[in-house]
Amino acid sequence: MAQLFHRSANSVFRLTLLGLVLLVMLAGLAWSQWLQSDYIMGTNYPIIQPIPFSHQHHVLDDGLDCRYCHATVEISSFAGMPSTHVCMTCHSQIWTDSPMLAPVRESLLTRRPIPWVRVHDLPDFTYFDHSVHVNKGIGCSTCHGRVDMMPLIWKTETLTMRWCLDCHTQPELFVRPREEIFNMEYVQPADQLELGTRLVREYGIRSLTQCSTCHR
Amino acid sequence: MTDAPQSAHQTATDDPVEALRKRLGRLRGRELWHAIEELAESPALHRWFEETFPRHSAAMAEAVNRRQFIQLAAASLALAGLGGCTSQPREHILPYVNQPEMVVPGHPRQYATALTLGGLARGALVETHTERPTKIEGNPLHPASLGATDLFMQADVLSLYDPERATSYLRGGVLSSPDAFISDYLREWDALRANGGAGLRLLTGAISSPTLTTQIQRWLDIFPAARWHWHEPAHGTGGRLGAQLAFGRDLQPVFHTDAAEVIVALDADFLTHGPAMIPQARGFIDRRRMRAGTTTMNRLHAIESNYTATGAMADERLPLRPARIPAAARYLADRLGVASGGGDDDGLTPFQRRWLDRAAADLRAHAGRSLLLAGEYQPAAVHALAYAINQQLGNFGTTITMIPPPLTGTPDPHASLAELAEAIDAGEVDTLIMLGGNPVYSAPADLDLGNRLLKVRQRVYWSLYHDETASYANWFLPAAHELEGWSDARAFDGSATIVQPLIAPLYNGWTPHELLAILAGEPRVPGQELIRRHWSGRLDGEDPEEAWRRALHDGIIANSASHPEMPPMATDLPRRLFEAWAREQPAAPETLEIIFRPDPTIWDGRYANNGWLQECPKPMTRLTWSNAALIAPATADRLGLANRDIVELELDGRVVEAPIWVLAGHAPDCVTVHLGYGRRLGGRVGAGHGFSAYEIRATSNLWQAIGARLRRIKTGPPLAAAQYQIQQGEREFALQGNLENFRDDPEHFIHLHHAEEPVTDLYPEGAGLFKNEPLSWGMSIDLTACVGCNACVVACVAENNVPVVGEREVVRGREMHWLRIDHYIEGPADHPATIFQPMLCQHCEKAPCEYVCPVKATVHDEMGLNVMVYNRCIGTRYCSNNCPYKVRRFNFLSYANENETRALQYNPDVTVRMRGVMEKCTFCIQRISRARIDAKNEGRPVRDGEVTTACQSACPTRAIEFGNLNDPESRVVALKQEPHAYGVLEELNTFPRISYLARVRNPAPAAEEDVSPS
Repeated sequence: MAQLFHRSANSVFRLTLLGLVLLVMLAGLAWSQWLQSDYIMGTNYPIIQPIPFSHQHHVLDDGLDCRYCHATVEISSFAGMPSTHVCMTCHSQIWTDSPMLAPVRESLLTRRPIPWVRVHDLPDFTYFDHSVHVNKGIGCSTCHGRVDMMPLIWKTETLTMRWCLDCHTQPELFVRPREEIFNMEYVQPADQLELGTRLVREYGIRSLTQCSTCHR
Repeated sequence: MTDAPQSAHQTATDDPVEALRKRLGRLRGRELWHAIEELAESPALHRWFEETFPRHSAAMAEAVNRRQFIQLAAASLALAGLGGCTSQPREHILPYVNQPEMVVPGHPRQYATALTLGGLARGALVETHTERPTKIEGNPLHPASLGATDLFMQADVLSLYDPERATSYLRGGVLSSPDAFISDYLREWDALRANGGAGLRLLTGAISSPTLTTQIQRWLDIFPAARWHWHEPAHGTGGRLGAQLAFGRDLQPVFHTDAAEVIVALDADFLTHGPAMIPQARGFIDRRRMRAGTTTMNRLHAIESNYTATGAMADERLPLRPARIPAAARYLADRLGVASGGGDDDGLTPFQRRWLDRAAADLRAHAGRSLLLAGEYQPAAVHALAYAINQQLGNFGTTITMIPPPLTGTPDPHASLAELAEAIDAGEVDTLIMLGGNPVYSAPADLDLGNRLLKVRQRVYWSLYHDETASYANWFLPAAHELEGWSDARAFDGSATIVQPLIAPLYNGWTPHELLAILAGEPRVPGQELIRRHWSGRLDGEDPEEAWRRALHDGIIANSASHPEMPPMATDLPRRLFEAWAREQPAAPETLEIIFRPDPTIWDGRYANNGWLQECPKPMTRLTWSNAALIAPATADRLGLANRDIVELELDGRVVEAPIWVLAGHAPDCVTVHLGYGRRLGGRVGAGHGFSAYEIRATSNLWQAIGARLRRIKTGPPLAAAQYQIQQGEREFALQGNLENFRDDPEHFIHLHHAEEPVTDLYPEGAGLFKNEPLSWGMSIDLTACVGCNACVVACVAENNVPVVGEREVVRGREMHWLRIDHYIEGPADHPATIFQPMLCQHCEKAPCEYVCPVKATVHDEMGLNVMVYNRCIGTRYCSNNCPYKVRRFNFLSYANENETRALQYNPDVTVRMRGVMEKCTFCIQRISRARIDAKNEGRPVRDGEVTTACQSACPTRAIEFGNLNDPESRVVALKQEPHAYGVLEELNTFPRISYLARVRNPAPAAEEDVSPS
C-alpha cells in the first residue's frame, strides 16, 4: 500500500508539536504578564472618588504639606484622612459654591462622612504602620509616587509582598535623610548606596523580614 | 461476649463506680489524675468513657463513605487555587466630619469607668478604637479592680454589642416610641399625684448608685404612698442580717485577706466569687508569693459543700454537707471559748472534729492576724457567730472591718420581693415599674410571679433583653448598657466611681437615671446632667470643673470609701444563737440536701446570652454551655447514678429535670445546682441550655434546703465538658510540694519524674537561641498564685478575636480557646487536691509543630516567638498533632461571627481567622508590635513592663509575668531563676519559653497523718 502521508508530513507534524509547545509557553508568559499588569495590580490608573480631588493642585500649586491633611502619619499606623472640617478651613472661604465641592458641603450639613475610596489597600491579614517607616527615613514618594503630579490619585506601586520585601531586605537602596521625607521632588543621589548604608546605621534600621513583622 | 476477660470488662462497664472505688483503695502518694474516669483506668472504663464522652470518636459520628470522600477530594483539588482569583473588594475610608480633639485613628484610647455585678462596682479602663469600645482592662486606682478584672468585666463588652439585645420600645407587644411612653405616663400623672401614688410600685435590682438613690428618694417624695422594692437573685444577705443580730446595726463586713495569716473559710468562695473577688484574691496571694528564701506563707482552711476554686486553693479542706456547716461554726466557737455547747448531737464525725480542732488551734495561734470568713449565702446566725469569734480573736480592725452597706435599701431583697408579691395579692398594686433583673424568671418559684403579675394593671419593664419578664409586660423599654450611659456606682468598700459612656446608645435605650427622671416628671434630662447635678458640690477640689474631670479621669472619687465602724457587740449574742439552734430540728442525716448557687460563668442568668461566658469552662467541673446537678462520687455510688444520667430533681413537690455531674471533692449527701440556666427567652445564645434551678427554689430555702430527691429517668446526651481534652498518662505537668520541703530544699522539693538529666545531644547549642537579639520574649506563671478564676481565659478571647464555637462543637473537642486552665487532681476522690495550670502555647525554641508543617506556616521569628502565619496555612493540622501541649486550635468551620453589630467588638489589630486555618497564642504580638514601634519612634529600647499580655493584665492575683528574657533586669528573668521554676515537658527538649513556678501548699502540721475521713 502506498504511503498515506507525504514525506513532508513528518516535518509538518514536528513543527506543529513545536508550535503547540511554544503556544503553551507563550500563553503562560502572557498569563503571568497579565497577572502583573496594571489592570490586575490596580496601578497607574486613577480611582474615581466622590470628589475629583486634585493632589497636584493642592500640593504643587497651593503648596500644602502632606501632613496638613494626613496629620497622624508620624505618630500612628494610619496616616490620617482629613475631616470635613479640615476641607472647610479653606473652602468656607474659597470656591464656596463650586459644584465640585457639593459633597463636602453636604457632608458638613448632614454630618455624614465623605466616602473616599481606598487607593492603597493591603490585605486584612497584613498590618502596616506609617509612623515607623516615616521615622526611619522612608519618604512618601518612595511608596506613593509623585502624588504632587497627580490630578486624580492613583497607585504607582503594586503593594505585593515581593515589593515590600525588596525594600525590607535592602533598605539602604531606598532610605533617605529624615528631613527629606515629605519632599516630593526628592531624587536619590548618585551615591545612594553609600548614603543609604550610613543612614541605616544612623537610624538603627534593622532588616525585618520576619513573618510576625507584618502578619499577626 | 464469649471469652471470659471481656465478660469481666462487661461487669465493670455496668458499674464503673465499682472499679473506681477498687482503684481508689490502691492509690498512694501523689499520682496526678485529670478526670475521675482516668483514675479508674480500666479498658472497659475507657470504652464506657468513650461512649460517655464521644469526642474521641467524634470523627466517626458523621461518616463519609469512600466514594463521597474521593468526590470531595477531587473537587477540592480541581477548585484549589480558585480562591486566589477573587479580587479585593473595594473599601471606603470614612473620615470624621469633625474630628474630636486627641483622637488619633490607629491609636486606641482608654477611658475610666466602672461595671457593676450585683450592684457593686469594679473599676475599669475601657480601650476604644476611634470611639468604639473593644476591650476592658482593670483600673489600678480602683479598690475593687487593682488593675485586674474578673471574667464578667471582660465579657461585658460582648454583651454591649449583642445583636439580640432589645432594640425597640413596645406597648402591648406593638412597636412604639419613647415619647409614647412618656405621654402615657404623664397622662396618669395627675391621678397618681392626687392619691399620693397609691398602687405605684418600683422594682429594681441591687443599687449602689448615689444618684439613683437620691432619684428614688425624690420619686418617693413626690408619691409618698408609692413603694420601692428590690430583687437580686444572687444576693446573699447573711453578712448584713448577721450584723443586725450581732451589733443591732445594718453593717456590711469587709475582709482584709492581705492582713490575715490564717483564714478559715466557712462555705465562702471568696477568691473567685463576687464583686470583691479581686482584692480578696490579691490580698490572699500576696501572702503566698513563694520566692527563694521565703520561709512563711499564710494558710487557708476551707469548709464547704460544693467544690469551689477557693476549696482548691485551700491548704486544708473539709467537705461538709450544708446542715453541718453551722455545726462546724458552733464547734469552732466552742473550741475558741466564745460559747460552750458545740455538743455531741451536731453529727460531726471524729475526723471532722479533729480537723476543726486544728483549724481552731491555728486561729487561736494567730489571734489578731486570723480571719473566720463566713460565706454570703450562710444564714445570719452563722455570720453573727463568726463576728463573735472574730471579736474574741481580736481580728476586728485588722482582718475584718464593718462599714455602712454600700448598697441602698433594706438588707433583704428576697423579703422585699415577697412583700411585693403579697401586695399584689392584696390588690394594692396598680402600676408596677420593673428595672431589669428578669423577675419572672429569677424569682423564687413559690412566688409564681408571672401569674401574679397579670393581676397588675400597668406593667412596665425596662431591660437589656426581651426576656421572660418582657413577655408579661405591657410596656417594654430597652435599656442602655452600662458602657452606653452616664451613671455612678459604689464598690464593695463604698468608694464611688462615675460611670461614663464609651459609645452612644446603640438602640436608643434609657439609663435607669433617665427613666427615673421621667418617673419623677422630668422627661428628657440628659443622663450626664443628672449625674453632674448629684455630684456638684460633693467633689473635693477648688474648681468644680477640674474636680469633675479628675473624678472621670481617675475612675474613682477621692476619699469616698466608707469609714469602718465598730459598734459594741451584744454580750449575750453567742448564748442567744445557741439557744435558737437548740430549738431547731436537726436534719435527718439520710435525706439529701440541695444547694443553690449563682453560676460561676453566667451568674444569675444575666450573662446567659454571652457566648464568651457560656463557652468558658466552669471551674472544677469544666462544663460549658450547661449546668448540672453536682454530686459526690460516694453519693453517685449510693444512688446508682453516673455522668450523663438525667434525673428528676424534686424539692417540696417542685420538679426539674437535670443532668448529673459527678464531682470529686463535693461533699456527700448533697447536690449543688447553679442558677442562671434553662432560659426560654432573651436570645438564641442563652435559650435552651441547661435547666432552671429557680423552678424548684423557694423563698424559705434560697441557698440550701433539706429533703431533695433524685430519681434517674434516662441517659442523656453528653455534656460539653472541656475537661477530657488531655489524659494525664505517665507525665507530670503541674508540680506541687509543701512549704516545709520548700524551706528545706527549694531546688528539689518537688518530686520530678523526669529529674534525670535531659538528653542534650540532639541540640548541643541548647536553649537560648535568641540570646543576641535585643528582644526575646518569655513568660513565667506562678501556680501558687493561680486561683482558677478564668479571667485570663476570657481576656484572651476578647483581645484576640477568638471565636465562640457552640455546644455541639465543644462536645466534639473543637473549642478555640488559646489559653485554658487545666485542672490536675491529686489524692483520693473524696479528698482531692486540685492544681490549676494555665496552659497556652509554650513558644518552644525547638518547636515540634514547626518541623512538620509542609508550608512553613508556623515558624520562629527573631524575638523567639513561635508565630502562626494564617495566610500560609493550608490546614493539614500536622502541627496540632505534633504539639505535646495541645494548645493549637483549628477552625473546622467558619466560626467568626460576621454580624455587623457583633463585629464592632473585634480587635482591629488582630486578624479574624477564616475556616481551615490553625491558630494559637501569639503572646499578644499586636501589643508587642505596638510597644516596639512606639519605642522605635521615640528612639529608645522597649522598657520592662511596657508589654503586658491580655492574660497577664487581667489576672487578679498577678500570677503571670511577661517580659524580655534578654534584659537581665526584667522581672520575668528573675522569676525564671527561682529554684522551683520548671518547664512543662522540658525533658522533651522543646525548650519552652514559659516556665511555671511549682505550687507550694502549706498544710497544717499533723494533718498529713490524719487523712482518714471516716
